[in-house]
Amino acid sequence: MFDDLRDLYQEVIFDHNRNPRNFRVMENADRKVEGFNPLCGDRLTLFLKMDGDEIIDASFQGSGCAISTASVSLMTEIVKGKTEAEAEVLFKQFHAMTTGKEEDIDLEVIGKLAVLAGVREYPARVKCATLAWHTLDAALKNEEKSISTE
Amino acid sequence: MTTFPIEKIRADFPILKETIRNKPLVYLDNAATCQKPQAVIDSISHCYSHEYANVHRGVHTLSVMATDRYEGAREKVKDFINASSTKEIVFVRGATEAINLIAQTFGKSNIKQGDEILITAMEHHSNIVPWQMLCEQTGAVLKVAPINLQGELIVDEFEKLISDKTKLVAVVHMSNALGTVNPVKKIIAAAKVKNIAVLLDGAQAIPHMTINVQELDCDFYVFSGHKLYAPAGIGVLYGKQALLEAMPPYQGGGDMIRKVTFDETEYNTLPYKFEAGTPSIADVVGLGAAIDYLNEIGMDNIAAYEAELLDYATEKAKQIAGLKIIGEAEDKGAILSFVLDKIHPHDIGTMLDSLGIAIRAGHHCAMPVMDFFEVPATARASFAMYNTKEEIDVLINGIEQLIEVFG
Repeated sequence: MFDDLRDLYQEVIFDHNRNPRNFRVMENADRKVEGFNPLCGDRLTLFLKMDGDEIIDASFQGSGCAISTASVSLMTEIVKGKTEAEAEVLFKQFHAMTTGKEEDIDLEVIGKLAVLAGVREYPARVKCATLAWHTLDAALKNEEKSISTE
Repeated sequence: MTTFPIEKIRADFPILKETIRNKPLVYLDNAATCQKPQAVIDSISHCYSHEYANVHRGVHTLSVMATDRYEGAREKVKDFINASSTKEIVFVRGATEAINLIAQTFGKSNIKQGDEILITAMEHHSNIVPWQMLCEQTGAVLKVAPINLQGELIVDEFEKLISDKTKLVAVVHMSNALGTVNPVKKIIAAAKVKNIAVLLDGAQAIPHMTINVQELDCDFYVFSGHKLYAPAGIGVLYGKQALLEAMPPYQGGGDMIRKVTFDETEYNTLPYKFEAGTPSIADVVGLGAAIDYLNEIGMDNIAAYEAELLDYATEKAKQIAGLKIIGEAEDKGAILSFVLDKIHPHDIGTMLDSLGIAIRAGHHCAMPVMDFFEVPATARASFAMYNTKEEIDVLINGIEQLIEVFG
C-alpha cells in the first residue's frame, strides 16, 4: 500500500527506529549536546567519549520521528572509531546526499548511511535526517550546549 | 437526515479534483487553511480584469467602481458577524496582524506596569507572543488560565485569575490544536463584572459557526480570510466603536489621515484610521464573495454537517487500538488531533501524504498545548464543509495500514 514510500521507509529504517542502537545515557561523557527540530518536536541528547581526537563511544537519548531516530542510531554506529576529521567528512557527505547534491558521494565512505538517501525526495523531512549530524558537528566543535535546526 | 448539498459544494472547489501522487486529494488540513470556491477565485480575477483601480481617492469611473466593491465587502463582513456599524470593521492581513494591532494600540495606551493580561493555556502563538512582547515593553504581567486533560478551559480557575489588575482578557474562541470551543459567553460575563475588555480570537471558529458579535458582546473579535474560504492575506479586526475611537493609530501613511502638514497631521475617521496604504483590494472583494457563498449555504447548515463528520471520524478513530485523541472537550469543533503509540506524527503525515491525504503533523503553533499533553507533536485532521464520510474512511484506513507497516 505504501509502495511510493519504499525509497524512504526502508526496512533498515524501521529496524533502527524499533531498536535504536546506542540508545543510553553515557556516564562521564566528554561531550553532551542537545539537538532540537522545532518544526516537529524531534529532540535528542548526544553523548560522546573522546580519546584525543578519536570518538571512542557515542550514545543518545531523546524522542523523535522514525527518520530522525534511525539517522541518529546509524550515526552513532558509524562514527565510533572515527577521528573528528573523518566524522566531519561523513557529515559533509551525508548532508550532500540528503539535500540532493549527488556529486562526490563516496559510497564506500557513506556505507550504511546510504539507506537515508531517499529523504532528498521529501524536502520536508531532510531536517529530520540531518538533526543527528548537526548535533554531532556541534559536539565535535565543542561550541554549543544545544542546537536547533531552524 | 441532513440534505446538505455536498456534491454541489465539492464541484465548486476546483482544487478538490487534484491528484496527489496519483491518488485523489483528500484535503484534511482545513485548520491550517481552507480551499477556495470558483466564485471566490473568479471574483479576484474579475476584479483585476474589469473593476480594479485604487480605492477611496479617485474621481474616475474605475476608482469609484473599485471603491464600491471594496466598501460593499466591508458591509458584507459587518452583516456576517452582526456588527452594528462598518466603522467597527477594520481590514488587516489576518488574525495575527489584528492581535498585534490591538496589543500595540489598545494595549500600549491602557496597559501599564503591574497590570495583568489574562489568556488561556490553549492559545495559538498569535494570541500569546504579541502579549509577551507588550508585557516586555510595559512591565505588565501575563496570566494563563489552565486547561484540563480533555482540553477544556477550567472555568473556575479562569475566574479566580481575574483580578483588579486585569486590563484585558484574550481568549481563543475555538482551539486550532484541540478543537475545543470555549464558553465565551461565560468568559465575557465574568470579565464584564470588572469592566475588563475581552478579545476573542475567532480565526478557527468563524468558518464553523454563526458569529454574532453584538450578542456575544465581546470588545474585539479577530479572524483571517484564508480560513473562511477567502484569499490568504486578508483578515478582519472587529472592535466596538468607542474602543476603536480611543485607540491611537497603528501604521501611519496614506488613507489613515484626514490632513497632513509638516506641523501637524489629523487622523482619519473609523475604520480608515487603521487602514494605512493601498489595501489588498482584490482580496477584500474575494472575502466578500466568500461570505456571499457561505450565506447561500447557511452557517448553521455547515455547522450541523460538520458535527456529523466529527462524530463519524471520532467514532471510527476510537476503534483504532493505539490511537489517542488529544482534545475531547464536550463542546468541540470539527478537528481531530491524535497521536499513535510509538509512531511519530511526522511519520504519520508522510505516510498519509503518500495516500493523497493532507493532514498536519507538528505543534500547530501551539507549543504550550503540546507541552501540557506531554507530546512532541500531534497529527491533526481538520474538516471543512467539502469533506465527506468517504474521505474519513480513506483516512481511517490509511491510519490502520500504517500502524501495520510500522508494527
